[in-house]
Amino acid sequence: MVKIFKTSNKVIKDIDDFYDTIQLGVLNFKEGVHNYLDGNISEFENNLKKIEKLEGKADSIKRGIENDFYLHSLLPNFASDILRLLDKSDDIIDKSKENLSQFDVEVPNIPEKLKADYSRLVEISLSAAESVIPSARLIFTSPDKAKEGLQKVFFYEREADKLANAIKRKLFREMDELKLSEKIHLRYFALHIEEISDSSETVANILSALVLKIRM
Amino acid sequence: MFLFFITSGLFLGWTLGANDAANVFGSAVGSKMVKFRKAAIVASIFVVLGAVIQGAGGSHTLGKLGSVSALGGAFTVALAAALTVFGMTKFRLPVSTSQAIVGAIIGWNLFTGNPTDYHSLTKIVTTWVAGPILGAIFAIILYLLLKSYLKKAQVHMLRLDAYFRNALLIVGAFGSYSLGANNIANVVGVFVPSAPNIVLDFGFFTLDGVQLLFLMGGLAIAVGIITYSKRVMMTVGNDLMKLSSETSLVVVLAHSLVLFVFSSSTLSNLFVSIGLPAIPMVPVSSSQAIVGAIIGIGLLKGRGAIKFGILGNISMGWVLTPIIAGFTSFISLFFISNVFKIKVVEELNSVKDIALHNDITNETLIGPINLYQPLLYIVIAFLLVVIIYLLWNIKHNKDLKIIEDFNEKEKTYQIQASLLEQEIEVSNDNNKKLEGEVNYKKQELINFALSIIQKNNFLETLNQKIEKIKSKNSKNVSINEITKLSKLVKENINLDKDRKSFDLYVNKVNSEFYYRLNKRYPDLTDNDKRMCALIRLKLSSKEIASLVNISPKSVEVNRYRIRKKMNIQHGERLSEIISKL
Repeated sequence: MVKIFKTSNKVIKDIDDFYDTIQLGVLNFKEGVHNYLDGNISEFENNLKKIEKLEGKADSIKRGIENDFYLHSLLPNFASDILRLLDKSDDIIDKSKENLSQFDVEVPNIPEKLKADYSRLVEISLSAAESVIPSARLIFTSPDKAKEGLQKVFFYEREADKLANAIKRKLFREMDELKLSEKIHLRYFALHIEEISDSSETVANILSALVLKIRM
Repeated sequence: MFLFFITSGLFLGWTLGANDAANVFGSAVGSKMVKFRKAAIVASIFVVLGAVIQGAGGSHTLGKLGSVSALGGAFTVALAAALTVFGMTKFRLPVSTSQAIVGAIIGWNLFTGNPTDYHSLTKIVTTWVAGPILGAIFAIILYLLLKSYLKKAQVHMLRLDAYFRNALLIVGAFGSYSLGANNIANVVGVFVPSAPNIVLDFGFFTLDGVQLLFLMGGLAIAVGIITYSKRVMMTVGNDLMKLSSETSLVVVLAHSLVLFVFSSSTLSNLFVSIGLPAIPMVPVSSSQAIVGAIIGIGLLKGRGAIKFGILGNISMGWVLTPIIAGFTSFISLFFISNVFKIKVVEELNSVKDIALHNDITNETLIGPINLYQPLLYIVIAFLLVVIIYLLWNIKHNKDLKIIEDFNEKEKTYQIQASLLEQEIEVSNDNNKKLEGEVNYKKQELINFALSIIQKNNFLETLNQKIEKIKSKNSKNVSINEITKLSKLVKENINLDKDRKSFDLYVNKVNSEFYYRLNKRYPDLTDNDKRMCALIRLKLSSKEIASLVNISPKSVEVNRYRIRKKMNIQHGERLSEIISKL
């Protein structure tokens, strides 16, 4: 009887740690891209190192939680949904890390004219991630409140889509001074940043389905 | 002889344990919230306790319906009920032990001419109908209470899961107790009039003949739970109630309350004391109480109308089971009494006879048998077993700890291994990056070379043109100037700065290649090595000639010399060997 309470408390703590790590990862990504755009390369490299560590930590916590869920048959009715939720939440930090390392490897040459747009795209795309994390935490205690935050995620995801399209349009229609290869390169970076809001939307979709399932 | 006759009742108890334990622990075990072993142990203990402590009420009502006086009759009635349950289950018809035993008793009444107490029958039938309805009402109230509490408490899902697991076990224990208390009458109720008149004194408590009978019945149910209920829990139990943890908790609790209400004489007396009618002590169907509770929750959640198919099945069970059991009982009694010549009824013709029978029964009361000493020995033996078990457990735990430590270490090693793997991946990535850079530089080198070649070609052409002008001997053009121009161009070809910087670049980029080349072929001169570096860039002899400013033929001679120095056989390609270096 006591063992199950111990396990539950451990998993609750792990889930909290997991979302803390993702949140930190997202903040690091945001700061990293801003540092890159501002040309603070040493700080950017510092952000990259941090996010790499955080991504590894999130993976290890997630594996621990999965292990406990299978081993102790926790929440048998919702286990598969919750593990999917954790998996997709992990995608947010995975993508953030991958994108930041792409900045490091490919060193995109972002024209001054576009820096403000990219900065705004990062802000909006990460707002989606920042809104979905509290909802994911709330699903475990008050599912109804968790649903309230999801609308923000969908809104930010749409906004990120729009802005990414605007950047792409500007690149290909207005900036003749850039080579085609440069345009294509920059377009991929708009896509990469936008992917984070897409991952957040996937998590939001899982959450809204889970809310319905819990209410039933 | 008594033990032989009671086997039919015990068989009935076994089927009850195998089937009805799924109602109590089915969803908990099916959904893996509670382990089967734990559920089986708890259910077995509490079924026996319920049967012995609180089992008398239901038997009393069944006794009123028809007191099966002869042991042979009781055997046949229990057998008929067991066969009915077995047969109807096999044909997947809705069946309940409670209804089967009532039908079988009425069959005995009909066969022996014993009058059926219609007042008791009405009471029993009313309870059958009331059981599921009461189950639904209890479920609705409990569900509303639980939901409102959970909404206010906002407990973490995982903590709630832990609470539910323990609550399911506790409620399951209560359900098992109620099942034993209520349904034991179905199992051994018909044997009560034939129970041996003994009292066993265990010092702390006493057990009379009827309680011993209930103990045996309870043990039969427990055996049914341990041996066969897992299969039922995993199949039938799960199908019946694929519910969430909170719903299954409410359903099991509602079911347990129904069974408890119809078997608790204390509760009934309490009702009477406050001026309410007494609660009838009647065995009710555990499955029907569960179905009633599920329907109640379905109605509350507003999931469409009531499923009439399920209600039809329950009603069919109310009618069909007693009829089939009654018919089976009648036929069986006929065979038992006429073919095997076993007495199925005590011939008590008048009230006087009955009074005499009771007197005899009272006179033949054996006991009380003092079992204080044997019980003491049993307790001592039990304590010894417990001490041995604890000692073994301590040793086992120590072993487990060693294994856990080992696993912990293994886990640490695995983590370290995964970290190393990650490091390898990172260094592989770095290698790839570096490889990409090398390729890029190589391409740059080729471009550089090609630009020099193009430039040289251009200068050659220019020179040729100037030569042409010179040969025309035109008056407008100062020959001297043209000669100067030609000289300058020639100088440009020979002392090309680009070529020098190209040479430097080749040396820089190929420093590693030169190192490998030098190590393997130490006889090569600097010129040969340079030639090899250019061959490595996959340049043709003509292009190399242009770069080095020698004739293509000289390049061919150089190549031949290098082949000899590198000892390359006929048929092997120099460029391939160099590129593989």
